[in-house]
Amino acid sequence: MTDLTRLTAAQTAEAVASGESSAVEVAQAHLNRIDAVDEKVRAFLHVDREGALAAARSVDERRARGERLGPLAGVPLALKDIFTTKGVPTTVGSRILRGWVPPYDATVTRRLKEAGVVILGKTNMDEFAMGSSTENSAFGPTGNPWDLTRIPGGSGGGSSAALASYQAPLAIGTDTGGSIRQPAAVTGTVGVKPTYGGVSRYGMVAFSSSLDQGGPCARTVLDAALLHEVMAGHDPLDSTSIDAPVPPVVEAARRADVRGMRIGVVKEFVGQDYQAGVKERFTEAVELLRELGAEVLEISCPSFTYALPAYYLIAPSEASSNLARFDAMRYGLRVGDDGTHSAEEVTALTREAGFGPEVKRRIMLGTYALSSGYYDAYYGQAQKVRTVVTRDFAAAFEQVDVLVSPTTPTTAFPIGERVDDPMAMYLADLFTIPANLAGNAAMSVPCGLAREDGLPVGLQIIAPTMADDRLYRVGGAVEAAFTARWGHPLLEEAPAL
Amino acid sequence: MSVMDLVSYQDALASYDPVMGLEVHVELGTRTKMFCGCATTFGAPPNSQVCPTCLGMPGSLPVVNAVAVESAIRIGLALNCEIAERCRFARKNYFYPDMPKNYQISQYDEPIAFNGYLDVEVDGGTFRVEIERAHMEEDTGKSTHVGGATGRIHGAEHSLLDYNRAGIPLIEIVTKPIEGAGARAPEVARAYVAELRELIRALGVSEARMELGQMRCDANLSLRPLGTTRFGTRSETKNVNSLRSVERAVRFEIQRHATVLGEGGTIVQETRHFHEDDGTTTPGRVKEEAEDYRYFPEPDLVPVAPARAYVEELRGTLPEPPRERRQRLQAEWGASDHEMRSAHNAGAVELIVATVEAGARPDAARKWWMGELARRANEDGVELSELAITPVQVARVATLVAEGSLNDKLARQVIEGVLAGEGDPDTVVEARGLKVVSDEGALGAAVDEAIAANPGVADKIRGGKVAAAGALVGAVMKATRGQADAARVKELILQRLGVSG
Repeated sequence: MTDLTRLTAAQTAEAVASGESSAVEVAQAHLNRIDAVDEKVRAFLHVDREGALAAARSVDERRARGERLGPLAGVPLALKDIFTTKGVPTTVGSRILRGWVPPYDATVTRRLKEAGVVILGKTNMDEFAMGSSTENSAFGPTGNPWDLTRIPGGSGGGSSAALASYQAPLAIGTDTGGSIRQPAAVTGTVGVKPTYGGVSRYGMVAFSSSLDQGGPCARTVLDAALLHEVMAGHDPLDSTSIDAPVPPVVEAARRADVRGMRIGVVKEFVGQDYQAGVKERFTEAVELLRELGAEVLEISCPSFTYALPAYYLIAPSEASSNLARFDAMRYGLRVGDDGTHSAEEVTALTREAGFGPEVKRRIMLGTYALSSGYYDAYYGQAQKVRTVVTRDFAAAFEQVDVLVSPTTPTTAFPIGERVDDPMAMYLADLFTIPANLAGNAAMSVPCGLAREDGLPVGLQIIAPTMADDRLYRVGGAVEAAFTARWGHPLLEEAPAL
Repeated sequence: MSVMDLVSYQDALASYDPVMGLEVHVELGTRTKMFCGCATTFGAPPNSQVCPTCLGMPGSLPVVNAVAVESAIRIGLALNCEIAERCRFARKNYFYPDMPKNYQISQYDEPIAFNGYLDVEVDGGTFRVEIERAHMEEDTGKSTHVGGATGRIHGAEHSLLDYNRAGIPLIEIVTKPIEGAGARAPEVARAYVAELRELIRALGVSEARMELGQMRCDANLSLRPLGTTRFGTRSETKNVNSLRSVERAVRFEIQRHATVLGEGGTIVQETRHFHEDDGTTTPGRVKEEAEDYRYFPEPDLVPVAPARAYVEELRGTLPEPPRERRQRLQAEWGASDHEMRSAHNAGAVELIVATVEAGARPDAARKWWMGELARRANEDGVELSELAITPVQVARVATLVAEGSLNDKLARQVIEGVLAGEGDPDTVVEARGLKVVSDEGALGAAVDEAIAANPGVADKIRGGKVAAAGALVGAVMKATRGQADAARVKELILQRLGVSG
């Protein structure tokens, strides 16, 4: 009998639709896998067995009634714990929301349910999505399935680890500065940050509103495209959501052809301190694209070197305001409510106890950057950089169809290595941040293992806004060519758990 | 500080020139809130009109209420403002338990409307109040602090929070510094708020009832020595919630500032609370430094960019400006300046208009509303509009009088009946038997009786002293319990006694 957890999402959906497997069997197989390995991986913060099996039963019933099922009906999914789920706890990786059960579904959650996707549970993450290793979770770190002593990336490390350990064929992440792409890169999976406004933010707990973007995570480019199509599209509940058709991502993933495409290598990223194996794999991927018929050009985007500092002013500024609502008055943790403290003191004690050090650090940074007298020098200046970065992208996309770079400068680093060095941690997002500042679509797709440590390396592809389909064309082509070269998907080289 | 300890108002104005700034918040009467679909019904049970968005739950997002934007533009246009071609919302960050997100979505440096004016009437003249801006924002929830002497959060044992009001659309209208009002400053403040209230009501965007907090005024005041131009330090008296209080608060602050300055003291920049009972203000929180609200553009909303054609379309929906309308009505009604002002101050203008529309003659409509009904409203301590009588009913009474079916005395009894809930005027007339006695036979008999009972008076009338007829008319009216038409009675008396009137 086939191991249902080894199927892709597309294969699973087909098996369910054809009746080869029931959705309940598929869900149960994944719940069993979670039981078997998640004690080690710790990808999930909450597993919703009953909800998952009920959703699976409903798919099976609909099929039995002869109803037409959607392209992902009956496929299990791991949902980052940043999306609200009615009746199921949502913590955002923070003590301050421990025990909170949202009264409403995020738009993404609702769309998944409507599509018959089976939500297995909620995955671990850096607290409020602030981090690049998932070590900032209030509930402990997640291990990288390639090496459990290493980080699975962050903030969406739970989602990427769930995919890489075959606990789910699909996952959802959010990407504010690289939180989908960097975890995908270091776990050998596929992650896409859609164009800003492409996926509704309604019910996605805000970190930095102008940068946050939900997106699909999967083990294959086609699976990511199928999920992309289900979760994206205009939402009247999110004013920043784009009112235009979703780019034809599934079609592009199937086409997977780069002949005649112009691909730009960002010059400013080439000089950076890559790990040697990362540089090697990236160079090889660029060579591959050339072999596949793409024209490769070097492109200069001088402003990108300022993107990281600008990001670390804008994101904390918005976060300092977004996180003000956690005041112990209406939901979540409440500390000091013993009749001896004022409301103001209860708020202060709760925030002191409920937020971790990285969250506090960013609240302080942001509060400072927005303060009168500093606003122009910090937040205002960062917004100008943002405008320049956007212009650099626009100029680049006049010359090329997509840009490529390594997704991260290094492979997965050991848990604990950078926890005391925020600057080193921040550098993990050096290449991913520009796309968030400008709102572009971007993807990370596996491009091999680094020679020195045998760990996965990701290729980042960046496309203009609302040209998300180009990511899938390029990503699909790279995936197909490498899979053919290696003789199997990269993930099959991961050690068994 | 009581009023007794202050320098007199006249003395204050002899040395100082007051400068005011008025900030008025108007709660729009939209069906739903500013950024979510929750209902705005007044007086609903606490926390019954809330959702994830207006409770500031994690993940929730705002969506702008298009009707509120339309109302804001119409208010801006009615205040002769320019309307922004593109404007953003901004977050105003500060912590308070009744503010769900701990930031208020407001507008900062890009208000929807700016640079306008409103002409108000003071002492029969016109005073122009310049408008700095009108911007959109959301209201906070409501805190009730239980225990403690002040009813404020400090010293309270516990507090209750009702978020029904959180997210109700507000328009904040801010004046430019009002200079040159001199001794009339308190009156100008009152007239401005009154005129603004009428304008808001005429626009139909809010009932603007100050007693319900639908319209709230903060009055900034500073003094500078006469003949100087630099503004003095200001105080900001918060939530002054009636026209009379606006006037009293400004007057008190002028006297208080003058007293402090006169003693060589300095005014502290602070917010103050007004006390209705004794007309004084006391300090609220001291603004040690300008509060840092860390404003920044609201990233959850896209800019509002009203198309010019749309703005012009809205301009076409503006009502006749209240002041011009009053002038037109005054001419139509033939009322004096004083009569018109009285009607305006009594809140009778709309009632008189409706009564005239229902068929009454303007002078009659005015007479009833400003006479008998104003007296009753005053006695009962209610607004004219709150009396249990409609303009249609008043018009019916006026018609009955005009027809001669009622005289004034009977009409007052009919009104009394209507106010007592006895039904429509016609029902009251019927039930109380209040028709004027028009049966000539019965009336003739009463006249004959009166003549026979007062032979001396009758002789005087026969001798040409027509004025003496009053005594006989009185006797007849008494005999008919007032239900006769006095003019007709007089006619009959003179006719019987062979005298022509």
